[in-house]
Amino acid sequence: MRKRLVFSLIACLLALTILVPGCAKEAAQPKEPATPTIKIGIIGPMKFVQGQHHWFGAELARDEINAAGGIIVKGTKYLVELIKTDSNEMLSPTDAAAAMERLITVDKADFVIGGFRTEGVFPMQDVAMDYKKIFLGAGSATKELCMKVKENYNRYKYWFRVTPFSNVNLVNNSLLTLGTAGAIMKQGLGIQGKIKVAILAEQATWADAMVAAYQAYVPQKLGMDVVGAWRPSATATDVTAELSAIQASGAHIILTIISGPVGIPFARQLGELQIPLASVGINVESQKDGFMSATNNYGNFETTLNTYAKGVAITSKTNAFFEAFVKKHGQTPTYNAGTYDAIYVLKAAIERAGSLDSDAVVVELEKTDMETTAGRLVFMGKDTDTPHDVTYGPGYVTGIATQWQNGEMKAVWPLNWNNVTYPGTVQWQIPDRVIKAYKK
Amino acid sequence: MLERILINGLVQGGIYALLAIGFSLIFGVARMINLAHTSFYMLASYGIYTLTRYLGIPAIPAAAISLVLTTFIGLATYKLFIDRVREHHVTVMLITMAVAFVYQEVILMIFQGHYLAAPPFVSGFAQILGVRVSFQHLLTFGVVILVLVGVWALLSKTRLGIAIRAVAQDSEVANLMGINVSRILLITMSIAAGLSAVAGAVIAPTLVLEPYMWTHPLVMIMAIVVLGGLGSVKGSFIGAFVFGFVEVSVVFLAPELAFLKGAFALVVMVVILLFRPEGLFGIAFEEERL
Repeated sequence: MRKRLVFSLIACLLALTILVPGCAKEAAQPKEPATPTIKIGIIGPMKFVQGQHHWFGAELARDEINAAGGIIVKGTKYLVELIKTDSNEMLSPTDAAAAMERLITVDKADFVIGGFRTEGVFPMQDVAMDYKKIFLGAGSATKELCMKVKENYNRYKYWFRVTPFSNVNLVNNSLLTLGTAGAIMKQGLGIQGKIKVAILAEQATWADAMVAAYQAYVPQKLGMDVVGAWRPSATATDVTAELSAIQASGAHIILTIISGPVGIPFARQLGELQIPLASVGINVESQKDGFMSATNNYGNFETTLNTYAKGVAITSKTNAFFEAFVKKHGQTPTYNAGTYDAIYVLKAAIERAGSLDSDAVVVELEKTDMETTAGRLVFMGKDTDTPHDVTYGPGYVTGIATQWQNGEMKAVWPLNWNNVTYPGTVQWQIPDRVIKAYKK
Repeated sequence: MLERILINGLVQGGIYALLAIGFSLIFGVARMINLAHTSFYMLASYGIYTLTRYLGIPAIPAAAISLVLTTFIGLATYKLFIDRVREHHVTVMLITMAVAFVYQEVILMIFQGHYLAAPPFVSGFAQILGVRVSFQHLLTFGVVILVLVGVWALLSKTRLGIAIRAVAQDSEVANLMGINVSRILLITMSIAAGLSAVAGAVIAPTLVLEPYMWTHPLVMIMAIVVLGGLGSVKGSFIGAFVFGFVEVSVVFLAPELAFLKGAFALVVMVVILLFRPEGLFGIAFEEERL
């Protein structure tokens, strides 16, 4: 009897703890019609930095926009509502299409932003196009994603890329950085003859065309020799053999095309084994704050194309965004945090269109000319080979290159390139290990 | 180039050998294909990372603590999930695979998908025949030799080893001779988990820590153990170096196909098995086991 009484009492208390806050909330809320929301799906590999930065960037934009009065559509105020969706594309690109399907059909997203791995973005793009949903890319650089807009405009016109610019221009920037590094090494070390370059590219779709381009353009445009291309797996955990083979090839510089975790053992082993080679190109892992720690502090001098660096004001919006991001999350934003810009671009287009209708918003997105955190964003026109891609070049979006110097990420490019120099940019440095080897 | 292939092949083979010996041991004794084997290596690696980074414990004591904890987890795994179904080989495979995935997801929840690094025991490198090899890699090689000698001494020179071999040859007869088979299996499982943890401790600083780090080595060591002859520790050791040399040769001779180095090694395995289905040191008679 006593037991039953105690159980009844506990049950009543539990029921009260559940019901009372609900009632109190109900009573406390004024009976105003709820502000309508625009649902924006943020899709990416949420257990990885790339997806997390997709989300962090979007959150920052949402908070700012909602605090500033939301998005006004024909006089009606809408708040931004974000839906977080894990595409799991890092591990299983095939999961990405299902995640996009759920985001559109179950979560009822009005617009979608994100994506990272090309292998995952292609199927996601198709699902979004099936439902005529605007999908703003914030991760994959493959130009073919935008070439589809050219090939079948009516179907793919809902796709736009906000960040990064296409891999064609990544090649361009890599060559420019390589040219800078080569010139500094030639002068600083007194290298006679041609600079020799070894390509180290992970095995991935986005890298294939870039390898071919480097093999053609490095000799042609820079007058350097390519001694070979090594293609480890993007998830390789040990590249000692590759580095040993590259060293034996007589190369001076390694040109990297790496977005996967192989970028960590590569930089760590390069530093730990004191291999007398410089490294420039793309190493996405070296864009992250944890890079030095992940390489056991052997990552110094690693150079990569990048989007943001501390104190480097690409536009009037860059530093404010950078600082707000760091303050809120304690991390340097990667280019995937360009979801921040994407939401502002979308807001402007929706307000101009005065509608949430995809076709009307597409028309306005195509007219975008906006100063974003990464530069002036103008989408490429229908008459180009890659419509809806980011316009690249001086006066638009150029990107930057960063190098780890004394444990800090410093911008090293552009420096007086076509009259472009962003404040805070310093000169690229020859790695100590290379200088030591040449002194011997 | 040959000297580079030789040195790098030995280094890579050493890493595989360290992982394969424990796997081979547990198969040889209990006929269990323990698919959770490399997950213990992952747990040990993360254990060292946590103890060094968050608790500030130096690398070597951290490795010792992690080894003990991982061995305990291995024991618990055996008692809770494997012991009662150990006679059902397919069930054991499925359960150990499920357990490994659970460990993976737990690690993913705690550490997310960030790529991390465990601190090395020794920094720097040595130059051997003109090839730079990190001290940590050399340490790995030394530990492989120690482990191999230790396992050999245990199996051939101790009463426990004789009991393990007896169980490996015929557990029913061993039981009739008064050997506590369950206890021997438990001890063997802890030795295997411990060896996996040792592998984690010495190899982790040369790799990237991520929650899926157990899957690739699992595939490779299964292939190595099959190549060496199921249950033959000696065969696994040799098989590991065959794989190491094939992989490194691919990197040197066909750099643009470096990502296929694992696949090349598997092709070599298939070719060898076509001519010698029992593997390099596969047993023709049960008495030869181990």
